Amino acid sequence: MTSIVESRSGIYHDSVSLMQVSRRVSLVKGVEAALVAMATRLNLDLLTEMGFAVPDGARPDDLVVAVRAADEGSLADAKAELDRALVEVTTPRDGFAEHVPTRTMHSAARRLPATIGLISVPGPHAFVEALDALESGLNVMIFSDNVPVGQEVMLKDEARRRGLLVMGPDCGTARVRGVGLGFANAVESGPVGLVAASGSGAQQLCCLLDHAGVGVSHVLGVGGRDLSAEVAARSTFQALEALDADPATELIVLVSKTPDSAVAASLEAAVKTLSTPVVMALVGPGRPDLSEVATEVARLMGRARPVWFHLGASPEDVPRGGALWGLFVGGTLCQEARAIAMPLLGAVGTELPVQAASSSDGGGRSSGHLMVDFGDDRLTRGRPHPMIDPSLRIAALLQAGTDPGCAVVLLDVVLGYGAEPDPAAALAPAIRRARSIAAAGGRDLAVVVSLCGSTRDVQGYERQADELHHAGASVHLSNAEAARVAVSLAKGP
Amino acid sequence: MSVLGGLLQEEPNVVTAGIGVLHESLLAQGAAAEPVAWRPPLEGTAGALTATMADRRRADANRAAVGRLLAASPHLVDVRPARDALQLRAGTFLHAGPPISLDRASGPLLGALTGAMLFERLAGDPDQARARLDAGRVTIEPCHHRAAVGPMAGVVSPSMWVAEIVDTVHGGTSYCPLNEGLGKVLRYGAYSPDVVDRLRWMSDVLGPALQAALRRHGPLDLKALIAQALQMGDELHNRNRAATSLLIRALVGDMVECGLPTKVVADTLRFLDGNDHFFLNLGMAAGKVASDAARDLPGSTMVVAMARNGTDFGIQTAGTGDRWFTGPAAIPEGLYLGGYGADDANRDIGDSAIMETAGLGGFALAAAPAIVRFVGGDVARALSITRTMYEITLGESTAYLIPILDFRGSPVGIDVTKVVRTGILPVIDTGIAGKVAGTGQVGAGLVSPPPEAFVSAIVALGEEADRQRSGQVGQGG
Repeated sequence: MTSIVESRSGIYHDSVSLMQVSRRVSLVKGVEAALVAMATRLNLDLLTEMGFAVPDGARPDDLVVAVRAADEGSLADAKAELDRALVEVTTPRDGFAEHVPTRTMHSAARRLPATIGLISVPGPHAFVEALDALESGLNVMIFSDNVPVGQEVMLKDEARRRGLLVMGPDCGTARVRGVGLGFANAVESGPVGLVAASGSGAQQLCCLLDHAGVGVSHVLGVGGRDLSAEVAARSTFQALEALDADPATELIVLVSKTPDSAVAASLEAAVKTLSTPVVMALVGPGRPDLSEVATEVARLMGRARPVWFHLGASPEDVPRGGALWGLFVGGTLCQEARAIAMPLLGAVGTELPVQAASSSDGGGRSSGHLMVDFGDDRLTRGRPHPMIDPSLRIAALLQAGTDPGCAVVLLDVVLGYGAEPDPAAALAPAIRRARSIAAAGGRDLAVVVSLCGSTRDVQGYERQADELHHAGASVHLSNAEAARVAVSLAKGP
Repeated sequence: MSVLGGLLQEEPNVVTAGIGVLHESLLAQGAAAEPVAWRPPLEGTAGALTATMADRRRADANRAAVGRLLAASPHLVDVRPARDALQLRAGTFLHAGPPISLDRASGPLLGALTGAMLFERLAGDPDQARARLDAGRVTIEPCHHRAAVGPMAGVVSPSMWVAEIVDTVHGGTSYCPLNEGLGKVLRYGAYSPDVVDRLRWMSDVLGPALQAALRRHGPLDLKALIAQALQMGDELHNRNRAATSLLIRALVGDMVECGLPTKVVADTLRFLDGNDHFFLNLGMAAGKVASDAARDLPGSTMVVAMARNGTDFGIQTAGTGDRWFTGPAAIPEGLYLGGYGADDANRDIGDSAIMETAGLGGFALAAAPAIVRFVGGDVARALSITRTMYEITLGESTAYLIPILDFRGSPVGIDVTKVVRTGILPVIDTGIAGKVAGTGQVGAGLVSPPPEAFVSAIVALGEEADRQRSGQVGQGG
């Protein structure tokens, strides 16, 4: 015969619930007697009557647990049953009422046992929801941009205090246990984990690796500013630690635009302490591009050297000579193309030229090379991301048709969850139209598309590639390859 | 120990707020996702809301505030004259709601003050009373400023008897006048001779009888009584039938044995039996003493008082001391008695919104299906109202359980940040007073506070948070 009597403070349940708990515990095989009750005078008397000693200093608002069982095994079973029963009494109840919609992260988290809060409300309101999510025990992915950096630091410090992760703000993509969040491609699961300060960079890597036969375990986004001096890689360090501890992850790739140099140095040091190897994919001048990184990761994973999918080139595959306009929806894809173009073309602007009042004036070259990121904070304020709403970029594409100086257009198209259901439906006609406007002005406008996606993406990779190709574009899975083709066309004979 | 709250170990269930496409993408992948029906916060609050949310004291202060509100244990300990209990001097009257000057006072408040002056023999007739009121010959002060609460006009005068409630956990004390019943009564602004006569009887007979019975009985646990009444179909604001019955049951033995003449005992018991709302005032004082236990917790955004004076609706929060944040009181929506209609209704009035402050009344409407038609609703709406109130509260009662919600605790502790974020206003179920002094009750229904009160509260909380932050910087430098 063996028994336990203990009092627990800080737990309150009503007497009916506790009678149900007591009954469940007493029904466990080998249990002779059990009482789970609030330590009121009445219940303590009952405890004495049942032959238990009253615990010292028990107050009426303490919970008393007393179990007597035949042997230690039965006692352990009883304790396990007790824990289960107590959890069930505190499990959220709904009753017979109809659901009313949840209005805060906190109340939604009460309805669904969740690990992640995905926030895509307008940037000025994201902080409040994110803090509420953290206080509700959720990791947070902030898809929203236009969140002040001071708020980002505050959220990330709060998250670390709570042992949680903030992905974002401006975190476009993440993948956790096979589920893609935000913009995400349907790629195979596998051994490579990504820590991504760059959404489109992470999507490009996932798609390239998928093509190379290498699957992905998780993608933990950290937000585009995480490797800045102000944010100092707060989330990146946590994400690296989490992937290092994850048994499914054999290799980690850290993908980012060029980080702050001091932050990069502290990261290099931190990476050395991890037991999982880390490959750095820091997109920028003088660094390996993402396709080269993917090739290296494939090699490390024992795969054959990949050849990236591409479909034709522009009909007249001859160098034009003229301005290259890169019109991007993915920030890192834009930066990668820029890093490739600048050494070969020289200056590359970041803004579209102010549109001429009519196409008849000018006549000479109105602009130089440029690369515009339509996903930039400045261009998304008060409007959806260009992967969801393509209208601004399509207008720019038509402007390229009318601009006499523009010879080559480089476009990225990102497929996957969250993106437009059929990007080619709007883009292919726009490509045709831009090319025919240019043709009317005696120009042959070359269009090069970097098509980021996997064969399992809902939009259908091959169909999208075919339609864009039929509209007169060359199509490339590798953004770097697309950029090189576009640069060589623009450079001229 | 799980890393990042089990992020990489557990099923990736997601709560989403914002773009619908991102939510649908999760469902398309077979993931479990719960959408938040997010909307922008009340206009003009975004900056103050951010500052308030960023206040590092907030989470702990709110936990403490709702913890104290829930832990409070109100006991009815005594009944005695307001003169002694509240140190109320002749010519001073208490009233419901935030402070107000007589020139802005509503009809029912002026009517109740008129009746109270007649009761106190400070005027010989209503005209004389009004003249003295108009001449500023009396002093008026909110009940809340003396730890008291009064229903409707809430007028308390020195000769009235009040109940004294003590929170045995935190030691606070609160007071309320004794409930007169329904119909033509002082609290609804009536002052006819029968109203004044009843008040005299209450002071001469009822008060002393209750005092004798209660002193013999000893402190009466109101929290336990309210918990039972809630499971018997009261929501403790517009329905107090079960609670009043339980009170009579608890006191009847001592009342019989405490040596009072049989006639007094019988009259007292008949009066209580004839007044389903007798318990309301005691419930309000219980709510008051529990809410007061949560006062003065810097950084807390929890509401500790909601009260109306017939002109303004005011709220106070745990983080902003004794400041009132006010806006115009609304006219309740509901059902009207006899030939009365909305044109006869006064603006919302009374301290009784302390019931909702403490998680009862409109917040517990789901527990009182028997009265939902009386306040102009149906059972589905009652359930929906209680369910909605969980969206703006910090906790759930551990004592006040709602059977039809599978014994879920009632929503408790209104959070100003949640009201401002969601735009959901507290729902109060209340009586409706006639707007002309002397009319009495004209109906009952549902009402909400003006959003302005919450907007000015969040602005003040935001300023407090900013002051606190800059104070810390100053100390650090």
